[in-house]
Amino acid sequence: MGLVLLCVIWLITFASTYFFIAKTWWFPHGASASTAALDHQFAVTFILMGVIFVAAQLALGYFVWKYRDQPSAARADYSHGHLGLEIVWTTLTAILFIGLNLMGSPIWAAERFRPAVDDATRVEVTAMQFAWYFRYPGPDGKFGIAKPELEDPSAGGEAALGLDPADPASKDDVVTGIMEVPVGREVEVILRAHDVIHSFFIPAMRFKQDAVPGLAIHMHFTPTETGDFEIACAELCGLGHYKMHGMLKVVSQDEFDKWLAAREAEKQ
Amino acid sequence: MVAQESHQHSAPQGFIRKYVFSLDHKVIGLQYYFLALTAVFVGMFLSLLMRIHLIWPTAILPLVGEIKPETYLALVTMHGTIMVFFVLTTAPQGGFGNYFLPIQIGAPDMAFPVLNMLSFWTTFVAYVVMLSAFFVVGGAPLHGWTGYAPLSALQSAGPGQGLGADLWITSIALFCIASLMGALNFITTTLDMRARGMSMMRMPLTCWSWFITAILGLLAFGVLLSAGILLLMDRNIGTSFFLPLGTINGQLTGHKGGSPLLWQHLFWFFGHPEVYIAILPGMGVASQVLSTFSRKPIFGYKAMVYAMLAIGLLGFMVWGHHMFMSGMSPYTAFAFSIMTMAIGVPSAIKTFNWLGTLHKARIRFQSPMLFAIGFVSLFVSGGLSGPFLAQPALDIPLHDTAFVPGHFHLIMGVAAIFGIFAATYYWFPKMFGRMMNEKLARIHFFLTLIGTYSVFMPMHYLGLAGQPRRYSQLTELAYLHPLIGLNTFMTYAAIITVAAQLIFLCNLVWSMFKGPKASDNPWEATTLEWTTATPPPHDNFGGRTPVVNHGPYEYSVPGAPRDYVMQSDPATVAAAH
Amino acid sequence: MASFTPTIPAPHPTTSRGKRGDLPPGAGGGDGGRPDPGSPDYGARLRRARLGLAVALTPIMMLFVAFTSAYIVRQGLPTFDPNTNTVVHDWIPVRLPTLLFLVNTCVLLLSSVTIERARRQLRRQVALEPVQSIPGVSLGTERKFPWLALTIVLGLCFLAGQWLAWSDLAARGFYVATGPSSSFVYLLTGAHAVHLLGGILALLAAGVSVVLNRPLASRRIVVDITAWYWHFMALLWIYILALLEFAR
Repeated sequence: MGLVLLCVIWLITFASTYFFIAKTWWFPHGASASTAALDHQFAVTFILMGVIFVAAQLALGYFVWKYRDQPSAARADYSHGHLGLEIVWTTLTAILFIGLNLMGSPIWAAERFRPAVDDATRVEVTAMQFAWYFRYPGPDGKFGIAKPELEDPSAGGEAALGLDPADPASKDDVVTGIMEVPVGREVEVILRAHDVIHSFFIPAMRFKQDAVPGLAIHMHFTPTETGDFEIACAELCGLGHYKMHGMLKVVSQDEFDKWLAAREAEKQ
Repeated sequence: MVAQESHQHSAPQGFIRKYVFSLDHKVIGLQYYFLALTAVFVGMFLSLLMRIHLIWPTAILPLVGEIKPETYLALVTMHGTIMVFFVLTTAPQGGFGNYFLPIQIGAPDMAFPVLNMLSFWTTFVAYVVMLSAFFVVGGAPLHGWTGYAPLSALQSAGPGQGLGADLWITSIALFCIASLMGALNFITTTLDMRARGMSMMRMPLTCWSWFITAILGLLAFGVLLSAGILLLMDRNIGTSFFLPLGTINGQLTGHKGGSPLLWQHLFWFFGHPEVYIAILPGMGVASQVLSTFSRKPIFGYKAMVYAMLAIGLLGFMVWGHHMFMSGMSPYTAFAFSIMTMAIGVPSAIKTFNWLGTLHKARIRFQSPMLFAIGFVSLFVSGGLSGPFLAQPALDIPLHDTAFVPGHFHLIMGVAAIFGIFAATYYWFPKMFGRMMNEKLARIHFFLTLIGTYSVFMPMHYLGLAGQPRRYSQLTELAYLHPLIGLNTFMTYAAIITVAAQLIFLCNLVWSMFKGPKASDNPWEATTLEWTTATPPPHDNFGGRTPVVNHGPYEYSVPGAPRDYVMQSDPATVAAAH
Repeated sequence: MASFTPTIPAPHPTTSRGKRGDLPPGAGGGDGGRPDPGSPDYGARLRRARLGLAVALTPIMMLFVAFTSAYIVRQGLPTFDPNTNTVVHDWIPVRLPTLLFLVNTCVLLLSSVTIERARRQLRRQVALEPVQSIPGVSLGTERKFPWLALTIVLGLCFLAGQWLAWSDLAARGFYVATGPSSSFVYLLTGAHAVHLLGGILALLAAGVSVVLNRPLASRRIVVDITAWYWHFMALLWIYILALLEFAR
C-alpha cells in the first residue's frame, strides 16, 4: 500500500507539473507595457511554488513508502519535535513568502498608485446588464453629463448612457460599442456601472478592474501591439454575464485619429 | 441535593426524547452529521448539473429539463452556499466536534445541552428554508454564495432575486444564530469541563481545532448576521446601505448613496474566517489520525497549537484579499496582501510537522490514514496556489477566473472533505460499534483522490488561460473555445468522482447495521474516547470520571509495555508528559 | 437532608478546570475530577453560566461593531453624482428626539438598579435557604420586594419610550428609508430594543419559575445571568446614544 500511495502521489504530481511546464494552457499573449514585469513576477512565484509543490509531494510519497509498518521496521521514533528545525523552517518560509510579495509590489504600485499621464487617451467605459459602452470626450475634451433617469438601454448608444442633451459638453461625445485606441500610448479608462457590479477584463492587456455603480474608477494601461483583443466581464452580473463581452481594437495612431475624426464628424 | 438541571440529565426515555429532541451531544452530533450527508449529496448533484451544462449547454436533461443561464447561476449559488454552510461548517464542527469534544476532554456532555439541541434544530430549519428557495416563484437566487450587492439587493436584477433571495438571506441568518449557539457551547465546554489532568496543552489537537474554530465563529457570524440584516432592509424597506444611485433595466432603482463595497467588507470579514472554520477541524483530524497510524507523537505539538492560533488570529486580518479588484484603495490592498502572505507561514509549519510525523514512523494504512495522507497532499496543492492570488499584481489576471475555484476547491472542496472522510472512517467504530469495510474504503479513496485532482487541478490551467468564473456557457468568447476540451475532461472526471461517493454511502449505511463488531479501541489509539465503551454510554464514561496523566499522542514510548500509552493510563506507565 | 454550603465553593487553585496537580480524592466542590460526576454543584453551574454569558455577549458586541463600522463608513462615503460628474457627500444628520432618549436612558438605568437588587435578593435567599429549613430557626418574615417585577415593568416602559421616540421621528418625516442617517438611527435603536426584549422574556421566564416553584438555585442562576445581560444592555444603550449624538 505504501508503494501504491507513492506511485499515485508521484504520478499526480508529475502529471500536474508537466502541464504547467509545457504551458499547454497558459496566459494569452500579452500586449501591454505591464506584461513583461507581471509575467516575470508570475514566473518567479511559479518556479518557487512549483519547487515546493514537487518537493513536498515527493517527500510525502517517499515517507509513506519508506516508513511503512513491516516486521523488519524499526520502532517508530519517539520524538515530540525539534525546536531548532521549527525555527529554521518558519523563518525561511516567512522570508520567502514576504519577500516574494515585496518583490511584486512595485508592479502593483506602477499599475495603481499613480494616476494616468496627462496625454493619455481617455475613454469612459460603462458597464450595464449586459453590454459595454465606450465614450470618448470629443473635441472639447470634456465628458458630458449622463443622468440615470435619462437612460434607455433599448435605444443604444447615447441614450443607453443617459447622455443629457441639455449639456453642451455631451453633444460631441462619441459613444461606441467597440473600444478603439492607439498603440503605444497610455489609455486612461474611467470605469462606471449603471446597475450591478461588473468587471472590465482584457486578458491580453493583463488588465482587470471592477466597474462599481456609484463610483467612477480611474485606471490606466498601455497597449504595445496592434490587434483585436477580447474583453470579458469578470464579475457575476446576472443571467447574461457569460455573453457580456466586448472588443478592444488597438490600431496605429494615424488610424485612430482618422477613426475618431470620422466619429466626431458624425456628431456635428 | 442533586438538582435535575439542564446540563446534567439522566438517560431519556421515548423515541422523541432519545432521537429527535435529544439533549445528548452524541445524538446531536449524529444529527448534524446526517444533515451534512444529505446536503453534500444535494450539493454534488447541483455541481454535476453545472458541469454537464457547461459542456452541453443545449441539452435537455431528464427530470431537470433545460438549464437556462439563470438556472445555471442558481445552481452555482446554491451549490456554494449549501456546501460551505451545510457541509463544511456543519459536519466537522457540529458533527464530529459535538460528538467527540466532550468525550476527548473527559466530560459527560456539553455545557448547555438544551442550547445544543436548539442549535441543531435551528440549523435544520435553516436548511429547509434554503432548499425551499428552489421551489418558489422565480426560483433560487443567482447572485453566487458571496451575494454581492447590488445584484443581491435589487429584486429586479434577475430571476430568483425576488423571494428566492429573501429566503436565502433568511436561511443564512438562521444559520448564523445556530452557529453562534454552537460556538457558545464549544467554548464554555472546553474552558470549564475538562477532566482532572486534562490541561489545555494535553488536549488532542482535534479539541484545539474545534475550540479555535468556535472562537472564529463567535467573532465572525455576528458580522455576517449584520450584513444579512442590512441586505434584507435594502431589499425590502427601501434603505440604501449598499445601493448607490443607479438603474436596473433602464428604471431608476429609487436608492442612492449606498456602497456596494460595504457589503463586500462586511461579507468577507466573515467570509475569510469562515474558510478557516471549514479547514481547521480537518487539520485537527489529520494530526490526530496521522499520529495514531504512524505510531508516533505528532511532531511539534506546541507548534501545531500556536500555528492554529496564528491562523485564527491572522484570519481576521486578511479579508481584503478578496477585494483587490473591487475598487478598494490600492494601498489598503497592499496591506492586506502582506498579511495574507503571513498567514501562509503557519500553514506551512503545519505541513512540515505532518511530514515530520511521518518521518521515521511505522505507518499503518487503514482507511482513516489513507484519507489523512490524502489531506496533506491536497492541502499542499491547494495551499500553494494561494501565494499567486495573494499578490495583488498577480491577482489582476487571475481574479474571478477558474484559478480561484481551483484553489479553494482543492482546499475546501477536497482537503476539508478528506478530513471529514478521515474522521468518519476513524470514529465510525466508536459511534456505531461496527467496522466499515476496508476494501470498499480503499476503492473509495483512490477513486476520489484521483478523481478530485482530475477535476480541480485543471481549473488552474483554465484560470491561467483566462476562463472567467460563473460563466454558464463558454460559447460566446472566441478565446474560450480552445478550453472546451479540457472542460469536457473535467466533466467526465466529475461524473466518475461523484459516482464513487456512492461506494462510500453504501459502505457507511451497510456497515452501520451489518459491519463486523468493533472492539473498544480498534486502532490502538491513545485519546479518551478509546477508553470508554463502544458506543459510549449516555454519560460517556459509565459513571466514572477519567483522570488524565499523559499527553494525547504518546506512541512508541521507550520502556512502555505497548506501543501506545492512553491518556488516562496510570502515571507510572512510562514518563508522563 | 439539607447540607450547609455557606458560600460558593472556592475552586481548589491547583486542580480546578483540569489543571494538573495533586488533589485528594473527593475534595473540593468544583467541576471535573470529583468522584461524583452526576451532580455538579450550584457554584460550578453558576460559574459555567456566567462564562457562557461572557461568551454569548461577544457576538452581540460584534453585531454592533459591524453596525458601527457601517455607520462610520457611510457617514464619510463619497458618492458619484452624475449631475455634476463630481463626487459628493450626502450625509445629513437627523435631529434626534434627545429629551425622550434621555428619559428612556434614566428608565433603563433605574431598571439596572432594580435588577441588581433582584439579583442580590435572590443571592441572599439562596445563601439563607439551608438556615431557614432548620426546624425552629426563623429569620423573621423577610419581605420580598418585587424587584424582578419592577424591572420587567421598567423594561417595558423603556421599550414604550423607544416607540414614542420612533413616533416622534416619524412625525417629523424621518422614516427608516428617508435617508442614511435615519436608517441608522432606527437600525441601532431597533436592534438594541430586540435584544432588550429578549432580556425581558428571560425575566418573565424567571418570574414564571417562581410561580412554578422551581428550585431556588436554578432561579438564582437565571436571574444572575439575566442581570449581567441587562447591565450589558444598559451600557450598550449608552454607547449607541453617545454614537448617535456625538458621531454625527
